[in-house]
Amino acid sequence: MAEISQGGGEGKKKGGKVRSKKTSTRIDMTPMVDLAFLLLTFFVMTTTLNKPQTMEITMPEKIDENTDVPKVNEREVLTLVLGPKDKVYWYTGITDPKIELTNFSPSGVRKVLLSKKAEIPKLVVLIKAMDEARYKNMVDILDEMNINTIQRYALVDITSTDKDLIKESNL
Amino acid sequence: MGKRGTPTIDMTPMVDLAFLLVTFFMLTATAIPDEPVAVDTPSSISEIKIPENNVMTITISKEGKVFFNMDGQQNRAELLQKMAAIYGGVEFTPEETHAFAIMSSIGVPFGNLKQVLDMKPEDRKAAAADFPGVPVDSLNNELANWVLQARLTNPKLRIAIKGDRDAEYPVVKKVIDTMIDKRVNRFNLITNMEKGS
Repeated sequence: MAEISQGGGEGKKKGGKVRSKKTSTRIDMTPMVDLAFLLLTFFVMTTTLNKPQTMEITMPEKIDENTDVPKVNEREVLTLVLGPKDKVYWYTGITDPKIELTNFSPSGVRKVLLSKKAEIPKLVVLIKAMDEARYKNMVDILDEMNINTIQRYALVDITSTDKDLIKESNL
Repeated sequence: MGKRGTPTIDMTPMVDLAFLLVTFFMLTATAIPDEPVAVDTPSSISEIKIPENNVMTITISKEGKVFFNMDGQQNRAELLQKMAAIYGGVEFTPEETHAFAIMSSIGVPFGNLKQVLDMKPEDRKAAAADFPGVPVDSLNNELANWVLQARLTNPKLRIAIKGDRDAEYPVVKKVIDTMIDKRVNRFNLITNMEKGS
């Protein structure tokens, strides 16, 4: 332990005069230091240093019969269906689509999105999640939209037609 | 002087530094809020931080249970009164109101809330794993009322959804649909940092 108190109280060696003994003003600071570091450790450990990230999403207003739904050319539509076990089915267009299978790896859905984006200037991506999909898949696909700077995309309900198409494709 | 002095160190600067740091951490500290369930959030590249206060958090657990939470003790007490007025017949004592103001997420149907509030905090924590979650079914959508009343209580509220990565999509969809139904179109999904894929 470091010792701090010293000095004072040695006056009588020098000279014969008896001086009033100077009481030391030094205090042993060790316990205080202990306490200070204990508190320091406590606060360092309980502080949440990294606040969680958030992803902001804006959903469209609820639509009723009176709302004008924007119409898009079906050739500009890319549909991504989030399936079970991290599978992603995708097709372009609406009439007689050809379903293909990909995944969430960088060479999977990102490649599809980039090539489609280059091919179709006014690309609209429809994201449909099957009931077997997980929350992670949804966040991942929204993340891909941000990564690939796709401006126009929407989360929409899956239709029974989509389900049938996927079942038929056997992928 | 020739005398061999004891090797002493002046500790004053170290103490100064230690207390400076203690003061800093004390002032910036916000205790980690205790969660009713462990939630493993998915990762994203987004770098927007969640705001400090005025946040309403909707937690979706792995099993598909939904929990509701809001900050601000004053607002919570007010919220409880409003909810009690909607689901008439439940009276809350001042003690229960206080317990509600300081507790964490709500994970029980409103009818069972009184019972949960009467528990001791330790017992409540132990029972949290068995909480059924706030009902979100279309027949009895209590989450919708919580959200609506919370926003009436505190109009500045931001809404954050904290879902487990393995939560099933239908539950998430139900929560999101509830939001849209209550005209909440903008909300935040809590994620953590992408750990290089």
